[in-house]
Amino acid sequence: MIAEKYAEEIKGIIARFPNKKSAVLPLMHLAQHEYGYMSQEAMREVAEILDLDPTQVLSLSGFYSLYYEEPVGKYVMEICNDLACALRGADQFVDMACRKLDTTVDATTEDGLFTIKTVMCLGACDRAPMLQCNLKFEENLDEGKFDQLLARLREEAVSEQKSPSIVEKIVAYAK
Amino acid sequence: MAEPTATLDLSELRRRARPQDIPQVPTITICGGTGCRVYGSEMVADRFRQELDAAGCQATVELQVKSTGCHGFCEQGPLVVLRPSEIMYVHVKPKDVPEIVQRTIIAGELIDRLLYVDPDSGDHISREPDVPFYKHQQRLILNLNGLIDPLDINEYINMGGYRAIHHCLGELTPPMVIDTVKRSGLRGRGGAGFPTGLKWELCRNQPGDLKYVICNADEGDPGAYMDRSIIEGNPHRVLEGMIIGAYAMGARRGYVYIRAEYPLAVKHLRAAVAQARAAGFLGRNILGSGFDFDIDITLGSGAFVCGEETALMASIEGRTGEPRPRPPFPAQRGLWGRPTNINNVKSWASVPIIIDRGPEFFASIGTPSSKGTMIFSLVGNINNTGLVEVPMGITLRQLVEDIGGGVPGGKQFKAAQIGGPSGGCIPPEHLDVQIDYDSLRSLGAIMGSGGLVIADEDTCMVDFARFFMAFTQEESCGKCVPCRIGTKAMLSTLERICDGKGQPGDLEYLTELGNEIKSASLCGLGQTAPNPVLSTLRYFREEYQAHIHQGRCPAKVCKGLISYSVLEENCTGCMVCLRSCPTGAIQGAKREVHHIDAEKCNRCGTCFSLCKFDAVQVV
Repeated sequence: MIAEKYAEEIKGIIARFPNKKSAVLPLMHLAQHEYGYMSQEAMREVAEILDLDPTQVLSLSGFYSLYYEEPVGKYVMEICNDLACALRGADQFVDMACRKLDTTVDATTEDGLFTIKTVMCLGACDRAPMLQCNLKFEENLDEGKFDQLLARLREEAVSEQKSPSIVEKIVAYAK
Repeated sequence: MAEPTATLDLSELRRRARPQDIPQVPTITICGGTGCRVYGSEMVADRFRQELDAAGCQATVELQVKSTGCHGFCEQGPLVVLRPSEIMYVHVKPKDVPEIVQRTIIAGELIDRLLYVDPDSGDHISREPDVPFYKHQQRLILNLNGLIDPLDINEYINMGGYRAIHHCLGELTPPMVIDTVKRSGLRGRGGAGFPTGLKWELCRNQPGDLKYVICNADEGDPGAYMDRSIIEGNPHRVLEGMIIGAYAMGARRGYVYIRAEYPLAVKHLRAAVAQARAAGFLGRNILGSGFDFDIDITLGSGAFVCGEETALMASIEGRTGEPRPRPPFPAQRGLWGRPTNINNVKSWASVPIIIDRGPEFFASIGTPSSKGTMIFSLVGNINNTGLVEVPMGITLRQLVEDIGGGVPGGKQFKAAQIGGPSGGCIPPEHLDVQIDYDSLRSLGAIMGSGGLVIADEDTCMVDFARFFMAFTQEESCGKCVPCRIGTKAMLSTLERICDGKGQPGDLEYLTELGNEIKSASLCGLGQTAPNPVLSTLRYFREEYQAHIHQGRCPAKVCKGLISYSVLEENCTGCMVCLRSCPTGAIQGAKREVHHIDAEKCNRCGTCFSLCKFDAVQVV
């Protein structure tokens, strides 16, 4: 129950807004942190705290792309394949990345480490192909650099577990 | 609202504000924008600190090493500029640092291999202002990006920062501030170009004592990243603009709505708000004037439509970011039903400059209808990608050729897409158009937020238009039918044409539907969504016709209309393509000519990009 576990924090978030209901988006980040994604439980809890209907939370979760409606990997690689990036070969890069990880866009690898998503402009058009991995930009990529990135992340994942997952990162930063 | 922990003495502030822009203290500035960081600029900065210590420089001269905001010339990063000499080194790696310290800083020599080489003349250029990329720019808003440390408010103050707010609070009444902004001729930099002073006046004249100002930093147009760079490089100027605006309109609370996908900008903005509060520029009784104002930062949660002002306000309120009809305008009924003024990052950042240097100065730049400067991000098929700030009225040709250095690889310029998914394509015959709100509109494009995507001859304009349609279709919030269904219908028609299944009548249908979506949609997203299609239909109609009537993609891009084959005389039978083909469509043996099975081929182009002997061709 996030209401008990993060009582102080929740109070602080609600205090920032002139009415309680407006605190819903930051609270959803908190709930997503607790459950790893916007599970039904997470949505119900947020709704309860703010006197909202759970379907209202569901509609927000579906509308905004930073809330995950299904569990995601530890590393979410959001590859921009918007126009400016496509002019620099982003579509081929997405194909290559999926082939390499034996996965498809929006699916998670079997080891639970990687989810590949395609996104609209991340504002790094001059350095395409690029991706954002757990909020960090990786730019001017090619197959070789992508291999290096995967190797680094795999190593990081087994070493000490100290690297935060995407959900942990988003919540830390949404506070 | 927080009590200021310290109030800065105004005379002290004035004394510290120096008129000149170039620091006289010898400084090594290293670009720390998102772009250069990826290239390792932080390692370069650390190495400078170590080497200077080792060389004993820290002890003998006052020498600073500074990580600054984006210099703009991202293509050449990491960038290092030595000041006051303005010597610029490009592509600097940590291992170059000892040599720079020994040869340039201590011995005063230039290192040729680190200098920028002008691709046209082949000359080595040593000073930053002489590089063509910078020479044709006029950097009003970005001027401090390469000079100050964005995490230190004192550096902004030393460069004259917060002098404008001091002037406003001390000497100008709110109507006088609004009058000043009106006289400057500033128009909204978010895209639509509404006169900023007039907008402020509308908000000021509303009854009620609770009003809001909002900074729209929900930058999301494909190909645009100037707002991110301004906030990363000089967040205080945006805050100062907002404080001035709040004073003029009588707002007591401000919000910056910024994309969560911009972590560095968020970090710098948070630090700036905290420092401004500590220095007494935010909070109660600002600078002893009796004026109260504070700023909160709200993160977007990933929805492009939230850049639309009514959707943005809905999002701050914790609702789905769906636009609503106007009127009532935000100035009448905005955030939580209160009068609200929303301006773009660039508009807010222009305000301190207008107050500080005078409305006449600002109005002296540009054209009769468009004043001041505009920032563009030059991306796509162009040599010098990066951020550029130019006076309004410059021609597109100057922007593309003189500053952008033209199209790479000796290819031909085909189109400039200006204004993102709301804008249009400008063909080569209109390269001499003046960049101002009205000239662009007459060509079917818009100023927009400043994304400028350059396409070369190898770009298929139908595919190009399909991209933008896919973007707006994905980002349409779904509230109104013309946008929700209309963009979907336009997109599926374009996809059909790209797949080689176009039909006679498709172009007339696209035009008719496009005009209907424009006139019937609820907000700016839908009202401008058809522009990329309509403008490419206007200038590149024959390319659409080739797809439909001749089954041909002239740029050889659309997969449904091309096939790959092996050029027998070039094929060495090296098996590279054969091994990489994801569908096993290539047959052949070592040192024997390979063949591509058109049935199995999925036209991914892997063989084409891998072949070192030009033996794979597109037909």
